[in-house]
Amino acid sequence: MMVPADDRFGFGPPPLGEEMESLPLTDGPLGRFDPLLHPLHSDSPSSSPSSPTSSFPDPPSYAEAVFLPAEDSSNGVPSASPRRRSGGDSDYLNITVSDPQKESEPTVSLVPGAGTFISYLITTNTSASDLSGSPQEFSVRRRFRDVVVLADRLAESYRGFVIPPRPDKSVVESQVMHKHEFVEQRRSALENYLLKLAAHPVIGKSDELKIFLQASGKFPLPATTDMASRVLDGAVRLPKQLFGAGEAGSGYVAAPQDVVQPAKGGRDLLRMFKELKQSMANDWGGAKLSLVEEDKAFLTRKERVLELEQQLATASQQAEALVKAQQDMSETTGELGLAFFKLGKFETEEAVYDSQRMRVADFKQVATAAVKASRMYRESNTLTVKHLDKLHEYYGLMLAVRQAFSDRSNALVTLQTILADLSSLHAREEKVEAASSKIFGGDKTRIRKLEEYKETIRITEDAKSIAVKEYERIKENNRSELDRLDKERHEDFLSMIKGFVINQTGYAEKLAGIWSQVAGETSRYASRRK
Amino acid sequence: MISTHRNISVSPSQSPRSPSAEPFLSVSVTDPVKLGTGVQAYISYRVITKTNMPEYQGQEKIVIRRYTDFVWLRDKLAEKFKGIFIPPLPEKSAVEKFRFSAEFIEMRRQALDVFINRVTSHPQLKQSEDLRIFLQEDEEAMERARSHETGIFKKKPSEFMQIIKDVQSKVSDVVLGKEKPVEESIPEYEKLKHYIFELEDHLAEAQRQAFRLVKRHRELGQSLSDFGKAIKLLGACEGESLGKAFSELGSKSEMMSIKLQKEAHNLLMNFEEPLKDYVRAVQSIKVTMMDRANAFKHHYELSETIRLKEINLDKLTLMRSDKAGEAEIEYRELKAESDEATKRYETIVKLMNEELVRFQENKTSELGLAFHEFAKGQANLSHEVADAWRSLLPKLGVSSA
Repeated sequence: MMVPADDRFGFGPPPLGEEMESLPLTDGPLGRFDPLLHPLHSDSPSSSPSSPTSSFPDPPSYAEAVFLPAEDSSNGVPSASPRRRSGGDSDYLNITVSDPQKESEPTVSLVPGAGTFISYLITTNTSASDLSGSPQEFSVRRRFRDVVVLADRLAESYRGFVIPPRPDKSVVESQVMHKHEFVEQRRSALENYLLKLAAHPVIGKSDELKIFLQASGKFPLPATTDMASRVLDGAVRLPKQLFGAGEAGSGYVAAPQDVVQPAKGGRDLLRMFKELKQSMANDWGGAKLSLVEEDKAFLTRKERVLELEQQLATASQQAEALVKAQQDMSETTGELGLAFFKLGKFETEEAVYDSQRMRVADFKQVATAAVKASRMYRESNTLTVKHLDKLHEYYGLMLAVRQAFSDRSNALVTLQTILADLSSLHAREEKVEAASSKIFGGDKTRIRKLEEYKETIRITEDAKSIAVKEYERIKENNRSELDRLDKERHEDFLSMIKGFVINQTGYAEKLAGIWSQVAGETSRYASRRK
Repeated sequence: MISTHRNISVSPSQSPRSPSAEPFLSVSVTDPVKLGTGVQAYISYRVITKTNMPEYQGQEKIVIRRYTDFVWLRDKLAEKFKGIFIPPLPEKSAVEKFRFSAEFIEMRRQALDVFINRVTSHPQLKQSEDLRIFLQEDEEAMERARSHETGIFKKKPSEFMQIIKDVQSKVSDVVLGKEKPVEESIPEYEKLKHYIFELEDHLAEAQRQAFRLVKRHRELGQSLSDFGKAIKLLGACEGESLGKAFSELGSKSEMMSIKLQKEAHNLLMNFEEPLKDYVRAVQSIKVTMMDRANAFKHHYELSETIRLKEINLDKLTLMRSDKAGEAEIEYRELKAESDEATKRYETIVKLMNEELVRFQENKTSELGLAFHEFAKGQANLSHEVADAWRSLLPKLGVSSA
């Protein structure tokens, strides 16, 4: 507790480092001392004999609300990790990434250091309890490549969702990779990523994440669903079936649900080409389509989201500049203090006159205050970084939103492609029918062909209904995710603003106290010169 | 703007009383005006003198002076008052671009005002006839006085800058005894010399940091302004309560920016400038030290010469040479010169000792005032900042339904 000294200028000596660090902290960003929840009374410790020069009535002092040891960033309130929201029922209580270890795998390479990689220990606490009733804890070893696989699999399975973006790959040489800083950055990024995944209402419950966090031994999920190899034959046959050329009914038919996945990867070139043609047709509005993205509400919303993205970019940039400016202020104030300390020391050693000795005291005072102020700026800045980081975070999330929008338009393109194929199949069917009817008794080959067409059409109809379902599903995902995103963003930003303002207020008060004291001690110089 | 120095004197408005009232001399430098065009353009100032001293005509006199007039005065004082620490002048602007910026003009005006007041409050300097000319003569007479100067003081300002630089380096050599091994061997004075040189370094460093601090305030102000704008735009995207919160945040941020710019200016005028002034004062002391060194050298050389002449004279007298008479006359003349030189040297020493006491006392109070202004400015800024941010909180609390 700060006890006001009987200094006529209010604030007693500002707390020293040790005092500051022993002040109690309440955990969690929401549980923090919220002055708005406390009545504004004037007997709060440091607010009573406050400000000398201004005449405002006893304000609540936020000075104590913002104390934090600056050095330990992982202690930070608010933390970078996503917090539990009301109604959140994540299974995972906590996830930590630690203990980076160098490992190696057999490889044929002349490059020194190839084949070595870093693995991390991932420890998870779940809320589910095991048979003995105690909460379960899992520990697995994973490498970064496993994370990439996890991210890719999630992207495939959760189309339309706003999936937290994974940490960057950054192309590094094997040697650089072992540098301590890089490993630490990556460790921290991985931890944040996993926590964000766990906090997502849908993805947090996914099998992929569960397997990643809990399956011991090597990460068992293959790199992709490898749809391409399963459908390889089918993919080659697909155009034949759809266009009905040559030998029909040749055994393998692509399963509809596979058809429905977007064509990607080098193996599905043919389908990719077709879908590309389709999406181009969409864009140019050339083809007559029975299904157009006509959800005006969605389009408006999308526009707004893109506008938001732009503003977030600027805000994020300016926030960085602001942080830098505060940093510079801290540094220069500190150096000024140092210069005065040196002057004080120098004058002390060389003092001949009394007036010099008096000056020495002044130097020391100003120097001390400047160094304290420098520390205040720096601590305030550390917190500012944490608060304003939300801007960077949500800006980063925009990429995931764009991806969700992409999933939607891809699904639409797939659907439209199928529809186009369907209509061309029908057209061909009619042509063959018309030709057959002219020949009495029918042509065996033609009849067989008709049957093939009918078969293909039936399969394609199935594919169509699946594609429709998929598209609708993704649309719904988009909508609910955007709603969720809006809500969470609103909450987070409001909390960010509050935290930022409380922080600024508190530190400004501390600075005012520091300088008021010096102003008081030096006021005798002012009164001389009236 | 707060002028850091006002004349310590009685209010000038009590003149109707008997003329035997305490003598006062109060001067102010005001109203900078740009005159002339193009390369010839310069700033002129009004110099207002209020006095009851009989040497001066009338109770109030206003003249127009420019920077080079001040330089003339300073040079005359330096010439005639050796041993006294002549108050320093602000530097000639190094960069052409800023010569007419409002800030530079205000800084210079303030520094010139400080200069002239120091001169008029110095017990010896204020009796200078050149000072009277400076304060009283009309502009043409001033011009004539200025251009009739002979010797090194007839130089153009740019040349003068060079001379100053040469003097500074020469001073170091002479004062530190690097030039010729002819120096006083007074331990306290040796100590003083090193003190002054080291002090200049320390002060220059402090002044540099102070100047940087001014810049930091400006930069922080700018970034707060940019941040505020960006946040407001962001708020426009978001709706309802969040949008409003962002908008309030942005506005406050912009307001903060203005406060910071103001404080930057305050810091510059009332903290950084006094530190710069301190550095200049120390440099002025170095000039006096050079004068002292030269005076000592002169006195010493003459004393040596006298000694030899004396020996020679005795010899000639003893030998009853007819050159003795001549030598005697020569000796007397030289003796007079030597005595003169010695007296000059001793005056400088005596004056310097007095000046040092004054210097240290003045510097403590001037620096103390600068510190006070600095702390006051920072405290006010922080209070205002705290108030502004705090006023946002109820709005945020309310809107976070």
